[in-house]
Amino acid sequence: MDRVSTSHVLLGLLAAGPRHGYELKRAHDERLPRARPLAFGQVYATLARLQRDGLVVPAGQEREGGPDRTTYALTEEGRTALDRWLAAVEPPMPYVASTLFAKVVVALLVADPERTRGYLIAQRRAHTARLRELTAVKTAPSAGLNDVIAADFAIAHLDADLRWLHTTLDRVADWHREVHP
Amino acid sequence: MTYLEARGVVRAYGPTPALRGVTLDVAEGEILAVTGPSGCGKSTLLHCLAGILRPDAGQVTWRGERIDEWSEAARSRLRRTEFGVLFQFGQLVAELTAAENVALPLLLAGTGRRAARAAALAWLERLGVAEVADVLPGEMSGGQQQRCATARALVTEPRVLFADEPTGALDTVTGEQVLTQLVRLAREQRTTVVLVTHEPRVAGYADREVTMRDGLVDHSGLGLDAPVSGGHW
Repeated sequence: MDRVSTSHVLLGLLAAGPRHGYELKRAHDERLPRARPLAFGQVYATLARLQRDGLVVPAGQEREGGPDRTTYALTEEGRTALDRWLAAVEPPMPYVASTLFAKVVVALLVADPERTRGYLIAQRRAHTARLRELTAVKTAPSAGLNDVIAADFAIAHLDADLRWLHTTLDRVADWHREVHP
Repeated sequence: MTYLEARGVVRAYGPTPALRGVTLDVAEGEILAVTGPSGCGKSTLLHCLAGILRPDAGQVTWRGERIDEWSEAARSRLRRTEFGVLFQFGQLVAELTAAENVALPLLLAGTGRRAARAAALAWLERLGVAEVADVLPGEMSGGQQQRCATARALVTEPRVLFADEPTGALDTVTGEQVLTQLVRLAREQRTTVVLVTHEPRVAGYADREVTMRDGLVDHSGLGLDAPVSGGHW
């Protein structure tokens, strides 16, 4: 999985109007429901950095019976940075970088084909269990479109991994002969 | 007692073996996915379990009864009443409207015309395709046709539904909608489902998955119902 630019996601969440840190965290977790939840500390650190770079500015204080909350607004530069990010096409799979893939390669180097198969089989089971969980999430009558789209993304990737695991299981013996002639 | 089971089922097409001694248990109310590559025998197994094909050797038992020993007529009756079957495509009678297609199994089972039509309309409604009730299959989209076929497979409220790549001819979103409805309705009625597919994401709708290879169900570790062990497969 590639690293998501929290800065740009926050800029996007500010595009509709000023918000304070807590609202941003909530909006993030709601819009990206299957992402790792954003820590408050991360939100404030990111906002501070965005402010330093002139992409957001404090737009006022909000007091709702609690501590002061600074709301932030997008600057012109912030909007430009957001537009640039949205327009930039992500490089499709620039590297085959995945722990799953690396582990299978290393297993084959250091262990026998049976052990490699054992790992592939165990991983396949874990993937299938997760696929089933996410299928249940997205087909629940209460699922919102946010959940469905997030689950779709994960399911499509698990589905692809599972196909790869299956193909690789078929290739282990040949591959082992090639690695250990 | 196992609900539905295959014991050492062997089936060949001429000299080509499709099943080489398959043993499999299906629990009542379970949604079981049978997966595996093309030619692994999964469709042949489904046909044997559903009583469409007779095994060359081995047994198929449903609720303790050896259905493989039943006559063609008895097995055919079973498929009109207790079993439902759903395939990838080409199942609807082209000359009949959606409602007539869905009512067909009930009419064949002796239900009156009026009651059969009412049930057909209710099932089309449940599958979200009430609007095509009086439309011929050739004028429907692929998704609508497959929903009608699903309604027809479920209209008799079968105890077991056999589905062979039921969404294979549909786009991803439509396929998922059909599967979601199928699984929801099956669970509501406690219908046992045997779902044959080569797609991991379709198997994700099942409670359990077994994998087939070269005419055998894999019980040695690759299959997801078995514990991980270093066995060969």
